[in-house]
Amino acid sequence: MPTGDTLQASSGTGDTVWVERDPFIDRIPRPIAISILVFGVVALWWIVTRLAIVSPIILPSPAETGADLVFVGSNLTSGGYVLDAFITTTLTVIYAFLIAVGLGFCLGTLVGETKFGERAVMPILVAIDTMPKVAFAPLFIAWLGFGISSKVALAAFIATFPVVVSTAAGLYAATENERFLFKSMGASRLQTLIRLKLPTGLPYVFTGLKIAAVGVMAGAITGEFLGGGKGVGALIRVSASQLDTPRVFSLIIYLSFLGLAMFMFVVWVQRTFVFWNKPDKIGGVG
Amino acid sequence: MYSIERLTKVYSRNQLRAIDDVNLVLGRGEFASVIGPSGCGKSTLLKVMAGLIPPTSGRVVLEQQPVMGPRADIGMMFQQATLLPWKTTIENVVLPIEVRRGRAAARDATARARELLELVGLGEATDVYPGELSGGMAQRAAICRMLITNPAVLLLDEPFSALDELTRDFMNMEFQRICMERHATAFLVTHSIPEAVILSDRIYVMQANPGRIADVVEIGLPRPRTLDMINTARFGEVVSQIRAKLDREGFL
Ligand SMILES: Nc1ncnc2c1ncn2[C@@H]1O[C@H](COP(=O)(O)OP(=O)(O)OP(=O)(O)O)[C@@H](O)[C@H]1O
Ligand SMILES: [Mg+2]
Repeated sequence: MPTGDTLQASSGTGDTVWVERDPFIDRIPRPIAISILVFGVVALWWIVTRLAIVSPIILPSPAETGADLVFVGSNLTSGGYVLDAFITTTLTVIYAFLIAVGLGFCLGTLVGETKFGERAVMPILVAIDTMPKVAFAPLFIAWLGFGISSKVALAAFIATFPVVVSTAAGLYAATENERFLFKSMGASRLQTLIRLKLPTGLPYVFTGLKIAAVGVMAGAITGEFLGGGKGVGALIRVSASQLDTPRVFSLIIYLSFLGLAMFMFVVWVQRTFVFWNKPDKIGGVG
Repeated sequence: MYSIERLTKVYSRNQLRAIDDVNLVLGRGEFASVIGPSGCGKSTLLKVMAGLIPPTSGRVVLEQQPVMGPRADIGMMFQQATLLPWKTTIENVVLPIEVRRGRAAARDATARARELLELVGLGEATDVYPGELSGGMAQRAAICRMLITNPAVLLLDEPFSALDELTRDFMNMEFQRICMERHATAFLVTHSIPEAVILSDRIYVMQANPGRIADVVEIGLPRPRTLDMINTARFGEVVSQIRAKLDREGFL
């Protein structure tokens, strides 16, 4: 160790230790951050109802809604009619999602991989997608009846297009060099598709799946509004017609859990199977 | 023998004459480089030579066999390593075998792949995913992937230009050693005159619009080349000779 007084870095007295501190708002842990926000919103809500600015039929108080949440929750866990409605809606959503994913993936591959798909299938799909799809609900009811299948059809119809577009876009994601690499290895078209283009496109596909997961919820509930049946949408409509606004609120809140579960499932599958691509995280939900 | 005869490529999309009447012959085990301005058709030439795109006229012949499509005895490397991120380093290296001959053959080739990776100093990194490799490590893995099928000809399109200078010098020497060991014919596209001089037996200077070979320079430095040769008089002479040629064409 040289004795020169310029070399002080490793001696204790010369250390300048400092740390960078995040501002307070960035240091709040997630559970507390969420609690603060929810508490704030509920407090505001309570103030608005307390001051009787709006009629309780339009906006029930948090207490009323909370009581109804507990009631609906107990009905859900004890196997009452709300549980039946949720099972019906959940099944509708799952069937519709599977159809949308399967159909969308196949059509997307056709569009993204073949010139025929790009030239003929895609313009027709775009034309269909620009139509107001909810307007097809009466047709589905006429064709498939008031049961679950007409709702599945509407929900799948709404959710398929995002999967088609994202799959097709994903198939274009492989770079020119990657294509040439596969060509130089003598890969067949099918090999290039399966071993290069589809895996490269998976992050795009999952973006479409997330949109579809939300879309099937909207489609299923819309279908139940318009076509009756036994789902949650029908319950909401009945409650609303009876001016039972707290019930509408609590059903919507429980529905949002169903939607969230769908969405998180897709995120989980993506994390597991597309491990090499860390999705851009916003709030940890990808 | 690897010969390129009266090769012309016109891109039909824009009627662009990317390369025009290119003739060159590489003997077995020779190392040649192409240098030229951006857009003069170097990558196009390489793609035609590799059988990745068809020529408009002329032909490429390797060992008496005309090149009409990709071939197992031609290896190619690009500026980016283009490793598949969902495969480990060693899986990437055996990919050409997996594609050509199936999974079983690829499994049989893992021992050879491991040897190759050790040869280029990646023995520790065989089972990590490319996301964890540095740029230089990824390019070395790409070299192994090119070598796994034992190609007679190696075509390289600016393979080390994305690397820092120290890594690049090291990779160049490494690459020379590999070529000499295997007696492989190499054809390198580069933008760096010193890199071309230190590696090549011969340098083709290209000119743009239409892309053609304007000049051929024989290097004549003894082999194996070392980085010390950069300081020799002959090296400086060749570098300035090529720079003068490129300047005269009005580019770089
Ligand atoms: N697929 C293509 N279709 C039409 N024109 C192309 C195509 N690829 C390249 N070109 C054109 O051909 C010319 C030669 O391109 P090329 O990529 O071979 O140049 P290069 O010498 O490799 O350039 P660089 O040094 O920048 O890599 C350029 O003018 C380019 O615009
Ligand atoms: Mg190029």
